[in-house]
Amino acid sequence: MCVALPGKVVSVEGKKALVDFSGNQVNAYTGLVNVNPGDYVLVHAGCVIQSMKQQEAEEILELMGEIDS
Amino acid sequence: MRTMEDIASYLREYDGRTLKLMEVCGSHTAAISKFGIRGMLSPKIRLVSGPGCPVCVTPSAYIDRLLELAKEKDTCVVTFGDMLRVPGSRGSLSAARGEGASVEMVYSPLDTLKLAAENSGITYVFAAVGFETTAPVYTLLLEEAIRGGFTNIRLLTALKTMPQAIRNLMQEGGEIDGFLAPGHVCAVIGSDAFLPLAKEFQIPFAVSGFGDRELLLAIYGLVRMAKEREAAVKNFYPSVVTPQGNLIAKKKLETYFMPCDAVWRGMGNIPLSGLLLKDAYKRYDAGSASLIEDKKLNHGCRCDKILTGKLMPQECPLFGRSCTPGSPQGACMVSYEGSCYQNYLSDGGNA
Repeated sequence: MCVALPGKVVSVEGKKALVDFSGNQVNAYTGLVNVNPGDYVLVHAGCVIQSMKQQEAEEILELMGEIDS
Repeated sequence: MRTMEDIASYLREYDGRTLKLMEVCGSHTAAISKFGIRGMLSPKIRLVSGPGCPVCVTPSAYIDRLLELAKEKDTCVVTFGDMLRVPGSRGSLSAARGEGASVEMVYSPLDTLKLAAENSGITYVFAAVGFETTAPVYTLLLEEAIRGGFTNIRLLTALKTMPQAIRNLMQEGGEIDGFLAPGHVCAVIGSDAFLPLAKEFQIPFAVSGFGDRELLLAIYGLVRMAKEREAAVKNFYPSVVTPQGNLIAKKKLETYFMPCDAVWRGMGNIPLSGLLLKDAYKRYDAGSASLIEDKKLNHGCRCDKILTGKLMPQECPLFGRSCTPGSPQGACMVSYEGSCYQNYLSDGGNA
């Protein structure tokens, strides 16, 4: 149930960010983390729960790609 | 030890004292099973599943209360999909919905805002289940409900906190040599939250991510620490986990919730292992505090022993016989993240 996915912030408007997950763009609430466009973030249940370090984020994105295939 | 091959071969050939390592995150349970991690380890490294699935550890009285609410006039239960199939003592939400009860499944608790705005005559009760990863999300829902002046949003909480459950498990003679610390719980509460437990019980913790390589890396770290009897917390998921965690989320949890005793399905009451809305926000609570009864559906069920790593799922007399994912008799067979469910998937229910 604690599944969370890494994505990249495209834009921020008010309390929500548009987050890109390998091409799928989804709105997520930002009340728990201060985010800016270009940030890598972890999203759980429609909310950004933590920001991520870029290099590792790409590694995890790659891993997630492997899991999904 | 630098490459993944070196690590994989170390774990395969390990011949030290037998180690019992526990994961306490349902997503770890599912990932370990999916990647076949157990098959990559020496027989002297035993992985067991702990109480890491919040759906599995929710007591039956909680499900029964959701069912009552879903059948009440002008009341709708809002939930994640995970909760739909969980049996209470009188059926599941999924079955009740088939009989006309009002149940909405959503992706995010914040989706409740739209429902509540569109139908002001209906009270929406969110089934607020989860560990520290999910609990902060409910504080955002409350913030928005307060700001928007909503009077038709409630939470029925069954929120649990992981460190207290691990303490209880060790005090009850858990005989665990090390823990894979839950990655996304740690993203919120920080890896340092497990330091007091490492010191108190003189055992190692390794924070892990959810990919196969990340899990192997964390297990490797855990084996090395356990071998050296190093009572420490090491973070193998540094991309999202810091020692202190998410300070904004922790602050919001303190603002809205207070620790409470909580009943874990199969494990009983664990002091201060839950979160309850503070009195100032009680008007948003749908009666969570009283839901402590936990009925066994079947007296042969060994969920309590399985959730604490004392038995493997295959050692339960019901496993694969009367208890299957199609007709679960206990909590661990209900959820996709339950250890019995995952064991059933990986060995085809051979008891």
